This record gives sequence, C-alpha cells and structure tokens, in this order.
Amino acid sequence: MKQIKGQKSKIENALGKKIGEVIESRSAEFIGQCYKLDEAPPLGCLIKTQDKSGVTYGVVFDVETHSLEPGRRVVARGENLESEEEVFAANPQLSRLLATDFKVLVVGYTEGKDCHHYLPPRSASIHSFVYICQLEEVRIFTGSTDFLSLIINARIDVPVDEVVAACLRYASEAHVDRDAFLVGAGKELARMLSGDANRLNSLLKRIK
Amino acid sequence: MTDRNSEEKARLGIVVSGSLTHGVEVRLEPTVSVEDIAVGRYVAIEGAKHRFFGMITDVSLETIDPSVMITPPDVSDPFIAHVITGTATYGKLKVLPMLTIGGDAATILEGPQPAKTVPAHFSHVNLASQRDVEIVFGAEDEKRFYVGTPLDMETKVCLDISEFVKRSNGVFGKSGTGKTFLTRLLLVGMLQKNAAVSLVFDMHSEYGWEGKTEKGYKVKGLKQLFPSKVAIFTLDEESSKRRKVSTDVVVRIGYDEIEPEDIELLKQTLNLTEASTQTVYQLAREFGDRKWLETVLNLTEEDGKQLITRLNIHDSTYRNLRRGLENLRRFSFLVPLARENSVKRILEYLDRGINVILEFGRFDDFSAYILVANLLSRRIHARYRENSEREMGGEVAPARPLVITIEEAHRFLNPEFSSQTIFGRIAREMRKYNVTLLVIDQRPSGIDNEIMSQLGTKITCLLDDERDLDSVLTGTSGKSELKSVLSKLETKQQALIFGHAVPMPVVIKTREYGTAESYKELGFLEASELKRKTEKDLEDLWA
Repeated sequence: MKQIKGQKSKIENALGKKIGEVIESRSAEFIGQCYKLDEAPPLGCLIKTQDKSGVTYGVVFDVETHSLEPGRRVVARGENLESEEEVFAANPQLSRLLATDFKVLVVGYTEGKDCHHYLPPRSASIHSFVYICQLEEVRIFTGSTDFLSLIINARIDVPVDEVVAACLRYASEAHVDRDAFLVGAGKELARMLSGDANRLNSLLKRIK
Repeated sequence: MTDRNSEEKARLGIVVSGSLTHGVEVRLEPTVSVEDIAVGRYVAIEGAKHRFFGMITDVSLETIDPSVMITPPDVSDPFIAHVITGTATYGKLKVLPMLTIGGDAATILEGPQPAKTVPAHFSHVNLASQRDVEIVFGAEDEKRFYVGTPLDMETKVCLDISEFVKRSNGVFGKSGTGKTFLTRLLLVGMLQKNAAVSLVFDMHSEYGWEGKTEKGYKVKGLKQLFPSKVAIFTLDEESSKRRKVSTDVVVRIGYDEIEPEDIELLKQTLNLTEASTQTVYQLAREFGDRKWLETVLNLTEEDGKQLITRLNIHDSTYRNLRRGLENLRRFSFLVPLARENSVKRILEYLDRGINVILEFGRFDDFSAYILVANLLSRRIHARYRENSEREMGGEVAPARPLVITIEEAHRFLNPEFSSQTIFGRIAREMRKYNVTLLVIDQRPSGIDNEIMSQLGTKITCLLDDERDLDSVLTGTSGKSELKSVLSKLETKQQALIFGHAVPMPVVIKTREYGTAESYKELGFLEASELKRKTEKDLEDLWA
C-alpha cells in the first residue's frame, strides 16, 4: 500500500513534466527515451507529444532499460557495496552507457480543438518531446472510451489485457466519479469482447 | 426537467428484430431491470414514420455469448455485476405492435388504426404514457363506459358500449375470479349509457339485489342502485321475501307453455333416454302442443297403459318419461294454468326501457334454469323477430336493443344443444334483430366453437386450462402471445378484454365496485340526495 502511495506521488510530481523524447516512430506506436535513467512513466500512463501538426496521445505499454551499446551487456557491480546508489557513485559512466526506453501505443490526437480517438494521419515526429498528461487532460481524453479498441486490438509483446487494465486504473484516478468511469469503460469492453466471456471476466477483475 | 427525467425513465430499449405476426423483439436498456417489466403492459414505439402502440407479451433473458452461461461471471462483485448487466447479459421483450397512433392522416382523423407493419430497426421503445392510453381507449363519454385501468397505470380504459351491445359477448374466467363483479359492471354500463335494455337470468340471485363478496361483505345489486330502471322478477317468492328483496313480479309458467323442444333440452338433467324424448313429440301430436304436459302428468295408470298400446310406445320408455316429467312437479313456479303471461310482462317492462332481472331463488339447479331461460327467451326472440320484420315494412320503430345475460352458458351452448336452444340462434343471427347475448361461463371450452367465434367482445378473467384458453382465443390474431398474458392474470380484479368494443386487447384492473364511493361514481344517489334532486327537479318543472 505504502509503495503504491509513494509511486502515486511520484507520478503526481511528474504530471505535465517533460520526460523524454521520441527516438523511433511508427504510425501506431513510438518509442520514447527518458532523460533520466529509470524514470520512465508507469505502464498504462497517458502521455503526449507535440509537433507542428498537433498533439499525439499515447499509452505506455512497455518500458525497457538497456545498454546503449548493442555488444556490451550490463554486468553486476555492487557485490562489495552497501547500497544501490553507491553502484552509480562508484561508476559514474553508467548513467551515460545505459538508457531507459518506453514504448507507446498511439491512441489519438488533436487537430485544432477536436480530439480524435483514432490514429493520426502522421506518426509522431522524431525527437519531439514527450510529456506526461495533466490530470485534466487525462479526464478529457478518456471521457470517451473509444480509444480502448486501439489497445485491445494492438499486436504487442506485452499482454494486451494488462495494458488495458493499467491504463483504465490510471485514467480512473483523473475522474471525479471513479466508479462510474470504470463501469462505463467496463461496459465498452464487454461489448468489444462479446465473444470471449472468460477474457472479459479476467480483465474486469483487474480494473476494479 | 422532471418531464425529461420521467421520459428517460420510461425508455425501455430498442427494436432489434421481429415480425408483424409474432411481434417485435426489443433489447432492454441496461438501466431497466427485467423484473420491473410485466407482460400485458403497454409500450409506444417511435418508428420513423408511425408511432406504434403495442403490448408486452413476453420477457426473456439473453446473453451475447453462450459461454457466459457455462462460466458465469463473478457477480458477487458489484462492479462486475454492474458492468455485465445490459452488455454481456441483457433482457429482451417481445412486443406485439397492435395500433398506429399518430403519424399519418388516417390515424389523426380516425383515431388509432390497426398496425399493418412493424417499426424499423432500432426504433426507440418507451412505456406508453397516460396520454397514449387515453388516445387508444378514449375518455368516458356518453358512449364509452369506464371498466378499469391498465396495469400499473391510472388512466381509464373505456368500453364502447354502443359497439359492445351490437354483438353477443362473453365473460369468462375460472370460478372466483370476478366474473360476477365484471358482469355487474357491464350491466351498469349498458344501463347507464342507455345503449340497451337487459334481461338477466340470474341463477344465483346476485345481480338484482344484494350480493356478497368472497370476503363476506355485501355489495349492492342493480335494483338498489337504479330502482327506477330495474325490475326484479322472481320464480321463488319466498326466497326473495326472506332476503328482503323488493320484487316487482312473481313469474309463473303454465304447463301449456312448455313445448317438446324444452323437454328435449332437459334430456340430461331429467335423465331421459333418446326414445323418451322422441315420445314427447308423439304425445304433443296426440294431445296438442298446449295440452300435452298437463294431460300426461294427470294420466292414471290405467289411462297410461291404454295410451302406450294405442301409440305403440314401449313400456320402459313411457316409465322413463313419466319419471322425468314428474320431476317438473317440484318446480312450484310451474302451474297448470298461469294467470298472467310472464313473457308479456317481461316484454312490457323491456319495452319501457326497464331492465329485467329474473331471480331463480331456490331453483338454482340447471333443469329449472335451462327450462325457464330457454322458454322465455324463445318467446322474446319471436317477438323481436316479428318486430324487426314489421320495422322493415315501415310499420313500427326499431326495438330497443336487448341483451340477454345467461350464466353457465356451456349448458346451453355446447355443440350438442347449441343448434337446438334459442341461445344458439341468438348468438348466430340475432344481431340483426337487435337481440344479443352476454354469455357468462367458467368453462368456455364447453361452448360450441362456432358460437365462440361469433362473440364480438370477450372479457376473460384468469383461465388456466389449456382447452379453455384455446377456446377463448379462437380466431384472435396474436393468439399465442395473448395466451401467455391470459394465463398470467391475477386471480382477482384482473381481466383481459379483446374484440369489437376495444381497439386492441387490453389487460385491466377492474374498476372498483362495492364501496360507497364506487356507487356514487356509477350514478347512485343516496336516499337523501335523491329526495333533494327530486325536489329540485319538481321546482325546475314548475318554475
């Protein structure tokens, strides 16, 4: 419980903050890289990136911290040290050799004042900055649950249902009537998964 | 805002499939619980071009995926239960569209029209508003009589009495479901709207004077409510006196009025053989139609022997007949010679527009009832027929429509007798001569199908026997749907009305009858009020 609270306050602090930039972009997804190691947005978090054509919204579905050099694996270094921080203190090069990437599913965009819950005509610009959405923005964007079909039908390596559940749990915090939002989203899922009652069941258990 | 809220509350769902003959299927809104829906309730369907008025005939539970039924979701969790309701599982209604109300010129000018098509896909379905029901069943006026309210609504359902009396009608229902109360109401309606004059063969003496409810309290009869418009005739003076009924005429029937056909009808109740009923005709030929019964009853044994030898009648047949006819002697209303002609008296009253209720008193067995009802009706029928023929010739004014009320109708109108009794003929053809029947029965399957199909308006309380249900619904469109409604009626104060006098089948909660307030609504004035009214009328007259 404590851990969740701590995590939540961390997110709240990060709201609206610039956290990284797009380093790889496709129509349906993009990869962002964090400016700081291990400070990726949480799974299911709604993020946005802005360029000249408008704002593109996305949901974080995968986070990976890896070595920048493909041939050089990370090795364990803390055997004789007291804390994890000391590992980095003793090896200041580490923060330059490692990077945290997050993968994002594109779930909508704005064009002028209109907000659409489908894929934008253009993919996110490379090197455009990535921000975590403000609560107000989350509330407005998730006012319609049409974007769920983009996630449900995505072909990704991470279990899709986990991403959906995480996204809805995250978004529900932005709504005044949390339960009403979840019930509405649940009903939308029930319609989409009408032929698969078991999947719906397990998904619903994850979002309440 | 309140209006909008109530409108939203009334929204039931959308049309998803169906046909005109079997009704349309309506998917329930997730917010509406199937448990709040009852068969027999009215809905309005907002089609693109027409507004349809229909009745809910079935409610069912559906799932979008059969596996939901095999592995049900964890509904102990309120969140999951809430999400599943109306999405993975939902309720479905079957609605029979019956009328179109509004939309095209005909319905605006001529009122609701029978539905000839179904609403388009995804038309919105709402619970019918009070106003819709009023459009369909009309408000109370000089022709329409308020008989009850639709289920769960306060609006009045009115019966078009002038249409009602144009054909023979039936009131059906199991014993104790309120047939008598309904009939009392209908009689009051006919009397109040002056649409017809009634002749009631009151087997259990419960329409004219006081009757009793099942709970034991007394309810007023027609004579008490409308003393100047109702006359009570009785066959059993003593019983009427004991009950302190103010009777107008004591009916006596002479032996000379009994014809061989009357005896043939009593074949079963008098336990006569086929041969002895045939013998009656032989005897009537021998002694004359008017004298035969008295002569036969007064035959000594010796005379009897001579008679059977002369007419070649078998001894056992004669004995059987004699035994049967002797039974008639216990009916004290049968006298060798009646001083006054009862039929004439009844007709006099009817001509003056006074309703006649004939009480049977202690003679409440079938033989007396069949004998008297048939005998009197036959004569009255002949008079009306004659009158109607004269009317065609331009000699007389058309007779006031007459409605003859008979109970235990299956005894008269069963396939075996219906062709012989006068009631069979009245039901079939007498509409033209201004005489119709109000048939009251608890076993409609016993009534000849041909007659059932001729009944204009049928009012049925609960029936649960399959054959009775089939028989009542013969020739009605949407039969199977109505059947499910009919067998789900409550045992008290509920009835399904369908046929000529209502634009569509309707389930009603019968109007209150038996409280002081209900009497007042029906037009009854207490003695003091009556006096005041008379005085005022007198003043007006001389003013």
